[in-house]
Amino acid sequence: MSKGRGDKAAEIRRLMATEGSAIEANTKGFNRKRREAVAELDNYEELRTRAREIKEDAIDRLPELIAELRESVEENGGHLYVADDAADANRYVRDVVADEDAERVVKSKSMTTEELDVNEALEADGVDVVETDLGEWVVQLADETPSHLIAPAIHRSRESIADLFETVFDPADPPETADELTTFARTRLGELIRDADVGMTGANFVTADSGTLALVTSEGNARKCAVTPDTHVAVAGVEKVVPSTDDLSPFLELLARSGTGQDLTAYVSLLTPPVDSPTLDFDDDETPLSERESDREFHLVLVDNGRMAMREDEQLRETLYCIRCGACSNSCANFQHVGGHAFGGETYSGGIGTGWEAGVESLDSAAEFNDLCTGCSRCVNGCPTKIDIPWINTVVRDRINRGADPEGTDFLVEGLTPDEEPGGLDLDKRLFGNFATLAKVGSATAPVSNWIADAAPVRWALERVAGVDARRDLPEFRRETLVDWARTRTATVTDPTREVVLYPDVYTNHVQVERGKAAVRTLEALGVSVRVPSVPSSGRAPLSQGMIATAEEHAHDVYGALAEHVDAGRDVVVIEPSDLAMFEREYERFLADAAVERLQEHSYEIMEYVYGLLANGADADALRAGDGHEVAYHAHCQQRTLGLDAHTTAVLDDLGYDVVTSDVECCGMAGSFGYKDTYYELSMDVGEDLAEQFSTPETRDRTVVASGTSCLEQLDALLSRPSRHPIELIAP
Amino acid sequence: MATTTNPTLSTFADALDELGVALTRTTADEFAATLDDVVRDPAVGVPLPFDVTYPDRVTVDPTPAALERAATGVTPATFGVANYGSVLLPSTADGAEPVSLYPELHVPVVRAGDVLPDLPEALDRFGDMARTDGASTVVATGPSATADMGELVLGAHGPEAVHVVMLDE
Repeated sequence: MSKGRGDKAAEIRRLMATEGSAIEANTKGFNRKRREAVAELDNYEELRTRAREIKEDAIDRLPELIAELRESVEENGGHLYVADDAADANRYVRDVVADEDAERVVKSKSMTTEELDVNEALEADGVDVVETDLGEWVVQLADETPSHLIAPAIHRSRESIADLFETVFDPADPPETADELTTFARTRLGELIRDADVGMTGANFVTADSGTLALVTSEGNARKCAVTPDTHVAVAGVEKVVPSTDDLSPFLELLARSGTGQDLTAYVSLLTPPVDSPTLDFDDDETPLSERESDREFHLVLVDNGRMAMREDEQLRETLYCIRCGACSNSCANFQHVGGHAFGGETYSGGIGTGWEAGVESLDSAAEFNDLCTGCSRCVNGCPTKIDIPWINTVVRDRINRGADPEGTDFLVEGLTPDEEPGGLDLDKRLFGNFATLAKVGSATAPVSNWIADAAPVRWALERVAGVDARRDLPEFRRETLVDWARTRTATVTDPTREVVLYPDVYTNHVQVERGKAAVRTLEALGVSVRVPSVPSSGRAPLSQGMIATAEEHAHDVYGALAEHVDAGRDVVVIEPSDLAMFEREYERFLADAAVERLQEHSYEIMEYVYGLLANGADADALRAGDGHEVAYHAHCQQRTLGLDAHTTAVLDDLGYDVVTSDVECCGMAGSFGYKDTYYELSMDVGEDLAEQFSTPETRDRTVVASGTSCLEQLDALLSRPSRHPIELIAP
Repeated sequence: MATTTNPTLSTFADALDELGVALTRTTADEFAATLDDVVRDPAVGVPLPFDVTYPDRVTVDPTPAALERAATGVTPATFGVANYGSVLLPSTADGAEPVSLYPELHVPVVRAGDVLPDLPEALDRFGDMARTDGASTVVATGPSATADMGELVLGAHGPEAVHVVMLDE
């Protein structure tokens, strides 16, 4: 067990050192350009909504659409084959290639053929298979796997490609610059395409009404592969079928923008094969193009390979809405540092990769990298079809937990951690998932609990048994919780304008008690009466560990505890953004519609609430003025996904603080992630980006504030100066 | 070059400019002389469905070997897409697709009246052609490009330059 963790940590360390810098530069560039490109698009949200609707409808009607597509393809003179699995698809492709007596197949980039291992199947028959996408060719020459859905060689620098070409080809005049490398590849591949017998492509979309394939590319190699040889084989997952050509434009307008920030890629081929273009034999200097044969063979292989089962699976079904743009990878802080070779399974990588691997490969393959999703949700707003990617990852995590070997059941642990999870659940997950129980015991026995937890033998045991990295400071539990403190104090508001329930999240209640007190003082100063009742934890901690049943129990308990306050007209104010995000997003999966609506309608993030109070006439003079005080602010990732970060900066601005904000996706901590020894170093590596932004000449002397507990802990680990919650800055 | 106040055409011109694609406007009468200035030798082309004549420099309906030697390929564009600077290149039996793809310079010829405001409009027209005639097209936006070799390079597998010739009626 701990050996496995150590191996994984070593692999992550190796990838960060070798591939990290190229991946980081490329993904961050894509991500920045995506944000700029979608910001310029007036109807971006409308397009996402439309794309989502089309996918929902298409997957719903898939069998019917495939039947319609079959008619269209056959009417055009092509062949359609629906393959059950990889072996079936490969058998069909091998037969086609054998019928052509083909010696060489040229391919354009296709993740689906990667999934099938078509190349290996053909090579076993003695067929020369050549990838013609430049990135894919690099990966093929290096005998590697793609490290990104749309940019397979994203992990390689120009220098390493130059070295690779030199090693493989030993050219007289080795190419060095990007131009020279491209020319070298173009020339080589051009010769190979010229004499190829079969061209193989994927398909981004296939329209049932006309049998048209949409191929989205920039280089032009897919065009060459499709029209140069006289046989074209297209391979695509069944989920690529959309009803009609009218449905293509929202996807085409979103795909490149989401992936790389381009409006459109250079080429979008809309082929209705077999195409009329004449076949090409470049040795022919006699026959004009118009008199050449255009008798083309076309085969469309639609691959099921688990997809129809995903369609029946209520939770994995959404994965089929994926249009493979890679935005979830580019916006993921962890992916930006390790890339798809760590953050990937057999074929697919990145945020949506777990859903794909769980569906088309196995839970084991998904388990290889599922933990790298911290649930920060930064990918959510970038997904062109609005897939709830963190939720899919949580579901897969839950299934991995449940698939775990129940033989290791430890009844002592079961007894200590009264959750809804199976006995085989990893101890570390169980420990972090039941953090609320731990915190209760910790506070009750503080400060002794803190001394014990910090004692060397205990840290050693925690690391060995539960994978809690000894380099990470543990939270220090407070003897007097926020709830205790509030119970014994006298309120200062006599004639309240409003009444709120301050939600005592686990950290604020047991660890970050000061920010809770600051929140109470602030609200009271603005004329609001505050109650701090004992409310169960939100369920965020078990949810992060994939313990969905436990999280759901928490959701019901929390609603039960808050409902009477909401009924009494009290607003719910939440300090910890990840808990508010739980109310706003995951509770929709757990609670009745009416319940979750009521809770959401009356719940606010603390700074959002202060913003609202000030906007409605509360006296800002009651708060501590900024007087130009220089502040560096890091908003919590989930808070940003919900669009709630702007309130904090607005309040600070209004009060006269001078604020600069970080723009990194995430601090790298995301709750328990940074505590685990497997991920500690990655967590710190991701955090370095934030530390750098707050260590420039402009920012290094600024007071650091952050909204989330994890962010505060990470910033404290990264910077020599302390950080605090913005509410502590403005509280009187 | 004629000036215009037609908003669709000026949008098209701006979008092409942003893509680094040259645009030359001409008339049917001036077409041969205009094209003569635009192409690089050796140049090949496919028959155009417009009432124009090719200059002698362009080999119309070339053999595959001549295509492979060519530095310029001239082909018709069914539509232009103004906001993206795209052109829709039909795949035809006389080889418009490879002629637009293999030479280093591609010259699409589009009628001013066929420049449409946006992609949905162009796809709407294309859809009818795909359903009834099994038509194929390439929505081409700027030259071929790759970023796989460490930085953006134009002319990966396809043309490194595009020069749109627009016919004013």
